[in-house]
Amino acid sequence: MKFRNTAAAAAALIFGATTAAHAATLDDVKRKGEVACVVSTSLAGFAAPDASGRYTGFDVDFCRAVAAAVLGDPNKVKFVPATTKNRFTVLNSGEGDILFRNTTETMSRDADLKLSFLPVNYYDGQGFLIRKSAGIKSATELGGASVCIQTGTTTELNLADFMRTNGIKYDPVPVETNEEALTNYEGGRCDVYTTDASGIAATRTGLDNPSAHVILPEIISKEPLAGAVRHGDDQWADIGKWVVNALINAEELGITQRNVKSKARKSGDNPKVNRLLGTEGGMGAMVGLDDKWAVRAISAVGNYGEIFERHIGKKTPLGLERGLNALWKDGGILYAAPIR
Amino acid sequence: MSAPQYAPGKHPDLPAPSTLAGPLAWVRANLLSSPSNITLTLLSLWFLWSVIPGALNWFFFDAVYSGENRAACRAAGEGACWAFIGEYLKLFTYGFYPEESRWRVNLAFVLMWLALVPILFDRVPHRKYGLYYAAAFPFIAGWLLVGGLGLAPVTTDKFGGIMLTLVVGVTGIAFSLPIGILLALGRSSKLTIIRVFCVGFIEFIRGVPLITLLFVASTMLSYFLPPGTNFDLLLRVLIMVTLFASGYMAEVIRGGLQAIPSGQTEAADALGLKYWQAMRLIVLPQALKISIPGIVNTFIGLYKDTTLVIIIGLYDPLGIGRAALANTSWIGLSTEVYIFVAIFFFVSCFAMSRYSLYLEDKLETGHKR
Repeated sequence: MKFRNTAAAAAALIFGATTAAHAATLDDVKRKGEVACVVSTSLAGFAAPDASGRYTGFDVDFCRAVAAAVLGDPNKVKFVPATTKNRFTVLNSGEGDILFRNTTETMSRDADLKLSFLPVNYYDGQGFLIRKSAGIKSATELGGASVCIQTGTTTELNLADFMRTNGIKYDPVPVETNEEALTNYEGGRCDVYTTDASGIAATRTGLDNPSAHVILPEIISKEPLAGAVRHGDDQWADIGKWVVNALINAEELGITQRNVKSKARKSGDNPKVNRLLGTEGGMGAMVGLDDKWAVRAISAVGNYGEIFERHIGKKTPLGLERGLNALWKDGGILYAAPIR
Repeated sequence: MSAPQYAPGKHPDLPAPSTLAGPLAWVRANLLSSPSNITLTLLSLWFLWSVIPGALNWFFFDAVYSGENRAACRAAGEGACWAFIGEYLKLFTYGFYPEESRWRVNLAFVLMWLALVPILFDRVPHRKYGLYYAAAFPFIAGWLLVGGLGLAPVTTDKFGGIMLTLVVGVTGIAFSLPIGILLALGRSSKLTIIRVFCVGFIEFIRGVPLITLLFVASTMLSYFLPPGTNFDLLLRVLIMVTLFASGYMAEVIRGGLQAIPSGQTEAADALGLKYWQAMRLIVLPQALKISIPGIVNTFIGLYKDTTLVIIIGLYDPLGIGRAALANTSWIGLSTEVYIFVAIFFFVSCFAMSRYSLYLEDKLETGHKR
C-alpha cells in the first residue's frame, strides 16, 4: 500500500493531474464531445460493426441513447471494444465512461470491482440447445447425454449444480469458444449445447438447418445483464440509470420513436408522459441535463421494445422471444422505476 | 551399320539417353524408384484425386460471389459464400478508417513499396537517395495515417484490418532489427552496466509471453498513469511489439556474432579499426548474413503475432472476421472468414520467406554446406 501511495503521489507530481478528473464524468463527456462506451468486440445482435464499420446492436443502442440524452447526438459515441477480460479495467481506468457489454450484474462485480450497475436491460439465463429428432422435451430428460460446455465459465458451474440437483448423469464435452461448440455440436460430438439463451439463439442461426433444433424450456440460471459505470460519480450513474428507465417507461406509456416528437410538443393529459417528455416537472435538471433529454434518447433509438425488436426480436435472425424481458404488465419482469 | 567417323575433338554433343534425362527419367527416379516409393506415389495420387475436385468446387465452381445474406448464399450454391467476404472487404482492408480519408491509407501503402525497393534490392539506380527516403518513410506514413499538419486528424482507434496488421508489422520489423543489433552488441560488451542492462532486458522479454505484455500495455498502464492521461493504445502496442521482437532479434544476432571467429575482430584491431568501424565493416556484415534465416523467422513470427491485438480490443483481420461473424445475417460462415484470413497471412509470410532465400543466394560466398 505504501508503495502504491508513493507511486501515485509521484505520478500526480509528474503529470500534475488530480484524481478529481474522475468525479465529474458529465463535464468530461461534454468537454470531449463524445461518450466513450465500452461494448463487446463482437456479439451477434448485441454489438458488432456492420460492413460499413458502423456499430449496431442492442447494447449499442443504449450507448447511443445516452449520447443523445447528454450530447444531443446519437452518433457522438466513441465505441471502446473490450473483451470479457479487460472490460472492467477499461471502464475503471477511465478509458470508457459507461459500459453496455452484456455483463451480468453480480455482487462481487458491484462491490469488489467498484462498479455501479444501471437497471437491468436484458434478463438472460442459461439454456439448452438440442436436435429436434432427439425427441426430448425437457432438460430433466437429459440423462446420459453428452453436453458441450465452455470451460471456465459460470455456465459450467450452473450446469453441474442443475444436474446434481436433479440427479442426472451426463457427459461434459469441454470446448473453448462458441465457434468450437458450434462445430462440435454440428458434428455430433455432443447431443446438447448449453450457454446463455441469447448466445444459443445466435448459435442456432449459424446452423445449416436451424429449424431442426430446439431450445429446451428450462432456463437454469439468472443472468441479469446490465450497463455499468465506475464508482464515485453518482450524477453520471444517475444519468445512465434514468436513460435506461426512460426507454423502458416509454414503451410502457406507448411513446415510440415515431410519435415522441409530436407528444413532446405540448403538455398532454397524462402527467407521466409529460414528466418523461419534459413538458412538466423539470426532471432533466435533477441529473444535470435539460428537459428534453428523454425525448432525444427516444427519438434516437426508440423505446425499449423497439430496440429489442430491431436487433434481437422475432423478426431478426436471432428470433428471441420477449419472455422475461416483456413489460411487467405483459407477463415479463421489466419494471422500471417511475420518473417523477 | 557403321557409326559416322569424326575427327578427334569434333564429335557433336549427343542428347543424354532417355532413361537418364527428360520427364520420363525424372518420374522414374523420383516417383517410382522403389516399391515403397511407388506405394507413396499411388497414395498421394489417390489423396489428391479425392481432395482437389471437392476443394476446387467449393472454392470456385460452386462458390457464390453475390448475395444479400447467408440464406441467399446457401440458396444460390453449395460452395463458399464469397459474397460475405466481398461485403466486408473494405472493413477487412481499412478497418474503421473514415471513408473520405482512405486515399491516405492507399498512398501510404504505395509509398511503402517505394521505400521497400531500395532496401530489398541493391541494383536500384540512385539507391543512396532511396535509402534516405526509406529511413524517412515511417514518419511520412505516420503523418499520412494519423493526420495533423494540414490533414484531418484520424484517431488510432479507427485503425483496423489489414492496415493495422501492416502498421504494427512494419513498425515492429523496421525498429526491432536496429534495436536487436544494439542489444546483441551490448550483451557482449565489456562495460558491465551495459551488459547487465542488455542481458536483463533480453531475459525479461523472453521470459514473458507477448500476450502478457500487450495486456500490461492495455490495462495495467492505465492504472499506473494518473486518470485523464491519454496514452494512445496503438502506440503502446507498437512499443510493446517492437520491444518484444527486439529481444528475440538480439538473441538471433548474437548467434550470428558468435559464429564469427575471434580472428576477424583481432584482424580488425590489427588494422587499427575502432570498435564501431570493426563492427560495421567486418563483423556485422558476416554475422547478419548468417543470421538471415533466424531474422526472417523472427519477422514472420512477429507479423503473425499481430493477431493477438484482438485481446486488447483492436481489430486485426482476424478480429474483423470475428466481428463480421457476429452479423446476424451472415452468422455461421466461419470457414470462409478463416480461410480468407489464412490466405492473407500465407501470402505475406510466404513472400517474406522467398525473399530471404533470394537474399541468402545473393550473399552466398561459399560458406554453404
